[in-house]
Amino acid sequence: METTSRQFRQLSRHALEQATLQHSLDGVREIMPRIRAAALAERGDFDALCDRARDIRERTLRQLDSYLEAFERRVQAAGGTVHWAATGEEACRIVAQICRDAGAERLIKSKSMVTEEIELNAALERDGFTVTETDLGEYIIQLRGEKPSHILAPSLHVTLDEVAETFHQHHDIERSGPLTNATEMLAEARSIMRDKFLQADVGITGANFLVAETGAAVIVTNEGNADLTASLPDTHIVVTGIEKAVPTLDDVGVLLRVLARSAIGERLSNYTTFVHGPRRDGEASGPANYHVVLVDNGRSEMLGTEFQDMLRCIRCSACLNHCPVYTAIGGHAYGSVYSGPMGAVLTPAFAGLPAAAHLPNASTFCGRCEAVCPVRIPLPSLLRRWRQRELNARPVMDGQRFGLGLWRWLNHWPPAYSLAIRCAARVLRRLSVPGRGGQRWIRRLPLLGAAWTDCRDLPAPPGRTFQDEWRRRRS
Amino acid sequence: MSDTTTATNDSGARPRGRVALFVTCLVDLYRPEIGFAAVQLLERAGFVVEVPRQGCCGQPNFNSGDRAGAGKIASRVIDRFAPFDYVVAPSGSCAAMLRVHYPGLFSAGSEARRAAARLAEKTFELTSFLYDIAGLREVAAELDGVVTYHDGCSGLRELGVARQPRELLKSISGIELREMNQPDACCGFGGLFCMKYPEISERITGSKVRDILATDADYLVAGDLGCLLQMAGTLERNGHAVKAVHVAEVLAGMIGPDRSADH
Ligand code: SF4
Repeated sequence: METTSRQFRQLSRHALEQATLQHSLDGVREIMPRIRAAALAERGDFDALCDRARDIRERTLRQLDSYLEAFERRVQAAGGTVHWAATGEEACRIVAQICRDAGAERLIKSKSMVTEEIELNAALERDGFTVTETDLGEYIIQLRGEKPSHILAPSLHVTLDEVAETFHQHHDIERSGPLTNATEMLAEARSIMRDKFLQADVGITGANFLVAETGAAVIVTNEGNADLTASLPDTHIVVTGIEKAVPTLDDVGVLLRVLARSAIGERLSNYTTFVHGPRRDGEASGPANYHVVLVDNGRSEMLGTEFQDMLRCIRCSACLNHCPVYTAIGGHAYGSVYSGPMGAVLTPAFAGLPAAAHLPNASTFCGRCEAVCPVRIPLPSLLRRWRQRELNARPVMDGQRFGLGLWRWLNHWPPAYSLAIRCAARVLRRLSVPGRGGQRWIRRLPLLGAAWTDCRDLPAPPGRTFQDEWRRRRS
Repeated sequence: MSDTTTATNDSGARPRGRVALFVTCLVDLYRPEIGFAAVQLLERAGFVVEVPRQGCCGQPNFNSGDRAGAGKIASRVIDRFAPFDYVVAPSGSCAAMLRVHYPGLFSAGSEARRAAARLAEKTFELTSFLYDIAGLREVAAELDGVVTYHDGCSGLRELGVARQPRELLKSISGIELREMNQPDACCGFGGLFCMKYPEISERITGSKVRDILATDADYLVAGDLGCLLQMAGTLERNGHAVKAVHVAEVLAGMIGPDRSADH
């Protein structure tokens, strides 16, 4: 997976300077926790439901191969074909070949994070196909040549004015006229989209779940565009990750309930569609050809490792919405299509730790992600494990390793520790200046300390440590 | 223990147990008064308080991925604190390190793991110890002013500390506890995070400060000095007069208009 995660520092600084992005992120920080909490309050048993959701996902992962094979048999029985792609490139090649075999030129797509992960659009365009995203947010960023900045709301970073501007640039302005509000923009997108739907040769969707029991691919959207994408063109291709398998329909019922509440604070998303295969004899509509491309791309390597828990993820985005870091810098700063806590765990697995070393480190470990995750993924622990691997990969003379080694040593030698803390207390006291109400403050520290005082003042310590003072008072 | 000093129980009644104060390295260095406030509260509740020689809990190492280093530091802490009935820390974050994370640092089934688990069981964050274990429901303190309480992340989510500090604060005469928007949102400190990614940290604290200021409170109260340093430093840099104080100081009656915050 291609990422720009190495530039995390620059990208996050840039994000912090974007006033409109910051405004959108403030909205996420304020609104999303509130609507999720309200949706939970309505169900007294949400915690129990999450436990069940976790158990279902855990059970699936323990026997992922057999559930996937069961799913494949059902799809085949219904007249569809299942393809197994070990890598992103292979998945792109398979999809392109299906499109060529169908004699297709125009493709439509509904939103899918897996296709973003494997950069399917770029691959298909290189092969000469025309691809149109039909989810409004995805369509906007496709026109703008951007990547999603949120796994559920891909165009979160784009303002209404920018949407109008983008439509003016890419659509026939005469016909469009001025676009002043969201309703007009929606109507504009809809008018463009209608033709695309009717003209498309192939429809590509993702899938939220693959039901082993019935062979259904479950597709959840809020705009209903996936239903048109799946049913109007002659060929429907589902592209999704191998971890999406779920044993039974009952299990899907549990997962759908925790998904919608966690994602958008609703009981259910607007559209939940169960796709079973191609049009059957006697049916008037639906695709003639049906394919499912199961993408591995690093997932099976996580199975059986300390990162297996991450494969439980149902992409609800609650961890992003509740993350202080995500809501400070947005998704693009992560340099990966997966952002926030889940992205910080997944990206090192998919793109390699060296490319994504910043991501697990850029967390306050506040634990809110784990608290809201509907499948109870211990995100901070997983991030900590990445940190451990990252630290161990550093050279022995690395500054951070040295600092931690010194701290460990000091804590093993009480006299050295006392001396160090005593010195620190005195030096810091010396560096302080008087402020309001008799409190002394340090306004500027040299060297490493500047990382503190560049952003905030530091209250001055009194100069004598608690332990010294305690012993003095009690002796 | 030769390097342990003991305080006498000044309530006159039979002591309810020996508490070792895990003062935390930040309190040791930055705000010793919090340590004295904690001692006072524990003694008033009828416990004998001792302060074994100590350093850090190892959290910087643990959270930076230095498990081995954290394990070494943990062994030391476990040895020192094992003899006491209880270990109490004026910090949710350090208490959670001992209580939640120590056992996992040692291999399953080992004696070290069992010792860590025994220590974990008797380790508490200060307000939860006072409220849940000591059964304290009110404190003899006065504070004429509005306070708003910030939930430290580890204390809240790893130890379930939320109700205890609030109930005890409300028992103070003259006080008004006014909740801020999202008191459970991170303050942006995050240990070494605030030094590694200072700009992101600053932005997170900015949101927090906005929520604090919206309450019009006179005092910002929290149970973790790390969070307090972060928020106090940001409030000060931006010229806001809200005083950031530790819950132990407030409960011990050390905070008030006539008592300077600097000791
Ligand atoms: S990690 Fe959990 S909270 Fe985050 S997107 Fe996945 S399921 Fe949702």
